[in-house]
Amino acid sequence: MNEFIAPTVEYAELSPLLIVLGAAVVGVTLEAFLPRRGRHRIQVVFTLVALVAALLATGWVAAGLDEVEGASGRGLIAAEGAIAVDGPSVFMWGVLLVFSIISVMLFAERRIEGGVSAFAGQAAALPGTEAEREASRQGIEHTEVFPLVLFAIGGMLLFPASNDLLTMFIALEVLSLPLYLLCGLARRRRLISQEAAMKYFLLGAFSSAFFVYGIALVYGYAGSFTLADIHAAVDNNTGSTNLLLAGMGLIAVGLLFKVSAAPFHAWTPDVYQGAPTPVTGFMAACTKLAAFGALLRVFYVAFGGAQWDWRPMIWVVAALTMAIGAVVALTQSDIKRMLAYSSIAHAGFLLVGFAGAYGGDGITSLQSVLFYLAAYGFSTIGAFAVVMLVRDPGGEATHLSRWAGLGKTSPLVAGVFAFFMLAFAGIPLTSGFTSKWTVFSAAWAGGAWPLVLLAVGMSAVAAYFYVRVIVLMFFSDPVVDGPTVSVPSLFTSSALVVAVVATVVLGILPGPVLDLAQQAGAFVR
Amino acid sequence: MFLTIVVLLPVLVAVVLLASPRLPGPVASWAWVGASAVDLTLIAWMWWRFDAGPAIDFDVKIRWIPTVDASYHVGVDGLSLPLLAMTGVLFLACAIWSLREQDRPRTYAALFLFLQTACLGTFAALDLILFFVFFDLTIVGMYFVIAGWGHGNARRSALKFFLYTFVGSLALLVGFIALFLGGERRTFDMVALAADPPLADSPLAGGLTLLAIGIGLAVKTPLFPFHTWLPDAHTDAPAAGSAILAGVLLKLGTYGFVRIAMPILPQAWQQWAMVIVIVGVISVVWGALVALAQTDVKRMIAYTSVNHMGYVLLGLGAAGLVADADGQARTVATVGALFQMVSHGLLTGALFLLTGVLWSRGRSYAFADWGGLARPAPVFAACLGVAAFGSLGLPGLSAFVAEFQIFTGALQGAPIATIVAVSGILVTAGLFLLALQRLLTGELQTPSALTAEPMRDMNGRELISVVPLLAMSLLLGLAPRWLLDVLEPAAVAVVELVSR
Repeated sequence: MNEFIAPTVEYAELSPLLIVLGAAVVGVTLEAFLPRRGRHRIQVVFTLVALVAALLATGWVAAGLDEVEGASGRGLIAAEGAIAVDGPSVFMWGVLLVFSIISVMLFAERRIEGGVSAFAGQAAALPGTEAEREASRQGIEHTEVFPLVLFAIGGMLLFPASNDLLTMFIALEVLSLPLYLLCGLARRRRLISQEAAMKYFLLGAFSSAFFVYGIALVYGYAGSFTLADIHAAVDNNTGSTNLLLAGMGLIAVGLLFKVSAAPFHAWTPDVYQGAPTPVTGFMAACTKLAAFGALLRVFYVAFGGAQWDWRPMIWVVAALTMAIGAVVALTQSDIKRMLAYSSIAHAGFLLVGFAGAYGGDGITSLQSVLFYLAAYGFSTIGAFAVVMLVRDPGGEATHLSRWAGLGKTSPLVAGVFAFFMLAFAGIPLTSGFTSKWTVFSAAWAGGAWPLVLLAVGMSAVAAYFYVRVIVLMFFSDPVVDGPTVSVPSLFTSSALVVAVVATVVLGILPGPVLDLAQQAGAFVR
Repeated sequence: MFLTIVVLLPVLVAVVLLASPRLPGPVASWAWVGASAVDLTLIAWMWWRFDAGPAIDFDVKIRWIPTVDASYHVGVDGLSLPLLAMTGVLFLACAIWSLREQDRPRTYAALFLFLQTACLGTFAALDLILFFVFFDLTIVGMYFVIAGWGHGNARRSALKFFLYTFVGSLALLVGFIALFLGGERRTFDMVALAADPPLADSPLAGGLTLLAIGIGLAVKTPLFPFHTWLPDAHTDAPAAGSAILAGVLLKLGTYGFVRIAMPILPQAWQQWAMVIVIVGVISVVWGALVALAQTDVKRMIAYTSVNHMGYVLLGLGAAGLVADADGQARTVATVGALFQMVSHGLLTGALFLLTGVLWSRGRSYAFADWGGLARPAPVFAACLGVAAFGSLGLPGLSAFVAEFQIFTGALQGAPIATIVAVSGILVTAGLFLLALQRLLTGELQTPSALTAEPMRDMNGRELISVVPLLAMSLLLGLAPRWLLDVLEPAAVAVVELVSR
């Protein structure tokens, strides 16, 4: 009989994860025990406190990471090989938590809906029924969104840090399931929201299945789930190459679905449009970051030795994604759909950086992608926060024609939105320029110059639709009884301020954050 | 830090203007005049302190993005100082011109001050990324000027301008990244790159990089075949916007050739010098012929800009014909090209402001709408005459000095091209004379909008903004020495760098 050996778990290094997931569990219990009246306030404060605590813990973990002997990175493999707490993980944790804090502030916004949150009063009540009217008359709210978002954040923290494929799959599910729910909880236009949730769930389930099947094949090839073992197997070229290629392809499908890369992007516009806007902003910034982190880790660490097999595939996907995102965005008439296609285009730019797979002097592909994700997330959350503010009597005024002349009626809000558009277009002195430029130079250094040329062309196409919104806002006559701009509470305003400031600072003084990304160093295996 | 103050002063005033929404319009306009005047005084002081020679003066270098060795590096030498001064003069002229602006004067002034910072910054930058940042910001500023204060189909033209030049600037960015990656030492610092040119050992990569940078700058300059945004943008822009666009923004392109392409890619420049000469000559001839065919005075002037920028390229290309011409000829050609940039800024700025007189009186630029203006508006006629003769290269005005030197310098290296280019002068002369004849002589004719009242001559504000530009052009034509003293050492240095 073998003796039972208790696994060693590095609780201290995993504290950010444990804090977030623990807070999520406590949040659920709070739901059960707190009276309805005080729930919202307590949940908001509790969630924010938990996230800030996790952020502080991340800083503390980052300060204590040790150099790995014989490798370039810093960090350690925790929890018996399941989780890698290394420089890139910690960097992504930090950025993710900052994004989450801003997003939760948007979740907590109640003033612009007249005292209730942007989420359905009672999700179980069918749209258009007496039960729904009753719920909204009583001012019922779903405060479960806060524990749900905490679970999603927990999954996102784990996803890019997973050091074996099974943990990664669990993380994928932990982050996805709450998101499916959150997407269906919009207070206004509930049918479209529920349709979005359904669509996201079905397609997401498919992609998860692909991912699992890929894991199985890779296991068949390497005989192990851990990335380090797979790396070794690829290096020694044991096993059948067919299994490896098929497995890599299937895993890529699962991950590329999450980053909304073409041709797995079809869910993005519908889900972005249907989901409650705070959730859209949260998904656009955080899911993208977590998924790219995981993509980079799997392909650079586990399949690094086979990069000549997967790079052509990523080249094609990157080119397709940029082209589809930028070109289809031109024809959009709904602001949320336009932002969705813009997020697809940006996924393409990020994939260009990824495809370079450059690890030499200067900025490596990993660092440039990390920086891009950090910069892009702030602008995206900010842009969606502005979308929340521009309202018709029936809810948000998302049709582009309604935004005409907004610059004349509310110059400040329109100015902020125009600024985010310029950042997306990559105009200098905004974070968009610095991030594009780091990604392109890393890709060029990695030999992906044809992709860089295409990316430059697509940036120009994308600039057209961003600038078109500015034209519409500032140089068109306002529509008769056009949308009003609600005055938000302190939550949304401060989230917006953070987003604007971050976009400016990362544009003018990108040095410190680039240094941070550089110090994050390489993945540890 | 002095140069930094010169560069940033306008934008600081712009921020103050934007931050005070209750400011009355006239106060904002006067603040713009004041800021531009102070800035010009500071530039004049710099000129006075400047020690003519190839060295870089007022050099400031602050670490900005150490990861990629990009820094805030600005400085002044004989290449940039004249252009900085020209920028200061032209912006002051436009400030005075726009004193009576009725349409949102505060924002208008703030935008122009922002543009001034962007232009001065581009000329002062000694770091590729810094250059690019300022270069791109000019596009944003000019886009808003055209879209917000233009007339006719302004929004469409503004968008065309933005997208066209933005695509160009992206090509430029690709070129800069290639320079960065191609260097022995990975840096964006122009001085360091010029000292140790990147991509020296691979002609193909060097040529492609020059192509990317060349396309980026050619769109801005604009050179045939990348000039098609220019007429639309000019026709629909307000007069002051056109003056800045033609006078200053086009120079950013040609300045980029002298500052970046020639010293940093000398081998490629030598190798492709003949192509550059030919592109220049095509722009000369094409610009002149198309200008001849215009029925709209502003479009005509816009196309002559293509023609004049073609001369600049001819001179700069000739500077790279190392095998065919001696050092002195190449220096003369370079000096001519640099001189032409300053001269064209002054003369075209004046011409565009003068077309603004027509627009303000009769809301039309069409030749068919105007005639016989010399009688009711003699001062206008005189100014237009001086500007037109200056622009066609009459001796005694600045353009003659410039074009004469370009032809002298280029003749040895590229005789046929130069002879073809000289014929461009003939066409330009013809089209300007034709324009003068149509507008000034014959029966008095004004657009229907104006029939009720008599044609008013130029007022004091318009005179104060236009006459100094013409006077400076005359001064440079009669006594070019004081500008040549600054330009020549810099040109010698550039020619030396190119012939490595």
